[in-house]
Amino acid sequence: MNSEIRRLTTTERRQEHCDVLVIGGGTAGSMAALTAAQNGADVLLVDKAHVRHSGALAMGMDGVNNAVIPGKATPEEYVREITIANDGIVDQRTLMQTARRGFGMIQRLESYGVKFERDEHDEYAVRQVHRRGSYVLPMPEGRDVKKVLYRALRLAKVRSTNRVMVVRLLKDGNRAAGVVGFDSRSGNLVTISAKAVILATGAAGRLGLPASGYLYGTYENPTNSGDGHSLAYHAGAELTGLECFQINPLIKDYNGPACAYVAGPFGAYTVNSEGNRFVDCDYWSGQMMAEVAEEVASGRGPVYLRLSHLPSDTISTIEGILHTTERPTRGTFHANRGHDYRTRDVEMHISEIGFCSGHSSSGVWVNEKAATTVPGLYAAGDLACVPHNYMIGAFVYGELAALSAIEHGRSSSIVDPDESQVEAAIDAIYPPLSNPDGLPQPQVEYKLRRFVNDYVAPPKSATKMEIALEHFERTKTEIARLGARSPHELMRCAEVSVIRDCAEMATRASLFRTESRWGLYHQRSDFPDRDNARWFCHSILRKDSAGAMEMSTRPVAPYVVPVEGFEFPTTAAGDGEPDAA
Amino acid sequence: MPSVLSRTEVPVSIDADLCVTGCRLCVDMCPLDSLAIDPETSKAYMYVDECWYCGPCAARCPVGAVSVNMPLLLR
Repeated sequence: MNSEIRRLTTTERRQEHCDVLVIGGGTAGSMAALTAAQNGADVLLVDKAHVRHSGALAMGMDGVNNAVIPGKATPEEYVREITIANDGIVDQRTLMQTARRGFGMIQRLESYGVKFERDEHDEYAVRQVHRRGSYVLPMPEGRDVKKVLYRALRLAKVRSTNRVMVVRLLKDGNRAAGVVGFDSRSGNLVTISAKAVILATGAAGRLGLPASGYLYGTYENPTNSGDGHSLAYHAGAELTGLECFQINPLIKDYNGPACAYVAGPFGAYTVNSEGNRFVDCDYWSGQMMAEVAEEVASGRGPVYLRLSHLPSDTISTIEGILHTTERPTRGTFHANRGHDYRTRDVEMHISEIGFCSGHSSSGVWVNEKAATTVPGLYAAGDLACVPHNYMIGAFVYGELAALSAIEHGRSSSIVDPDESQVEAAIDAIYPPLSNPDGLPQPQVEYKLRRFVNDYVAPPKSATKMEIALEHFERTKTEIARLGARSPHELMRCAEVSVIRDCAEMATRASLFRTESRWGLYHQRSDFPDRDNARWFCHSILRKDSAGAMEMSTRPVAPYVVPVEGFEFPTTAAGDGEPDAA
Repeated sequence: MPSVLSRTEVPVSIDADLCVTGCRLCVDMCPLDSLAIDPETSKAYMYVDECWYCGPCAARCPVGAVSVNMPLLLR
């Protein structure tokens, strides 16, 4: 260890403590921190970026995808809808929380100043995008959502620390007791002790490589490199559904949706190059993505969002939403190419792969109280596996995680970090700083993610995925040779390790499930059919006692809402509960 | 390890004539931490090609000095 690293990890080391520690200040994390503070806990919110513009809502959100509004839909209808959308592999008890608590959350957000669209009768203007029910609720002033949350956090006097990347969880026996990370500007080691820890680090969005080849041109905010997935894995928590990737239909070359949810109600629709409709439902599911991928690859590709037939005024209204709210550079993108919706439909393509329970169902296993399988460790938002949970689900689970963490804290205490664990984290974080002429992170990351595209993205096969695993082993030796010349570069190097962990997890989970399910998300060309007799169950990934990735299954818990067409196979056994830790 | 430096066009440009000395808003708001203050000119600039073209840098700039032109690879 060189003298600079010794200084950063000893005299410059920052040590903090709190009751409830929240990692990630996006949608779920902001709500978790706010709820914990309002319930009297001493909270610390840690963000790798700056809380004001971090996470999936960095610039806002143009609508809610899963609003269960009394009088418009029932919780049971929502649970049925998502059970079908996720091909039956759901713990309905977790979905029911989003269904039942979502409306209260919308009212809570309104009390902070978030605006949701109302119709002429002052009722919530929900729209139908899903197969059966109406759950999509526009947010005409959604650009302010993070600003509103940030103001609420400041009013509640929540302590926050920006520009800190967390790299390992600290354990006290089998419970989560804090974290180790570093400041990406100063390089200082940071250790934090807590009574309970909430992971809210978002999606693993830097797993696949966008078609442009630009490392940060991902659908998800590229700061969401999968840190929480890696943290949970190394702490012994179970992850689930990792073979059910996130893949989205986006504007070709741009990382935002085309977006049928917003433009559909104004008369836009998805067509192939012959001008014919080819999807029967615009709701983003694996089945819909399979239809888009097939059409793009066929002689009828590419595919487009058609809106050139709409009146100019209507298009101005659509532009007013799409070019200002969630991804405001969208207008710049079209203008750079001289494209206008009035004369040109929007070419669409499919995104890179990722883990994101907001859209699909890959993530850290949680129960209906946001508890992971590690005592004292909670998870919420895109990281936590509650299928199709979107923004409202992230808020609901942030709230639940805070309440659970406070409850856990009553019988827990703040303990000093275990120094052997801190040493191990230092060995994981700092080597690139003592190797300034080592391999550059962009090259190592590009290669790793290109292999993800070539061998792990669907259609998947055992042969391809075995090649991927071989490469990901070799990546370990490249990671050991990474060089960093600044704390910022050190952060990017640490992210490559996280991406490698996620790449291996995605591959092992996909190899394990020897059937096809969730349309394109888990399309196995060597096992093209669904096999309910064997695979009507969750896949579980965890670290085994030798430090390797171990796969197992867990039965789907009995449904609380019956769903026609999803009868449980008679061979399934068990109650769907994790084994006691 | 032998290596070379190569030039890369960066996606964000900042008009140094408009940029306010002492202001750090864009630097502090960038999720990727890709902007910095040049110690010689005291003006903000993009110092690494890491950009989600999300826009807080431009939206929060009080004088309109920041332009997000998007990465060349996908422009």
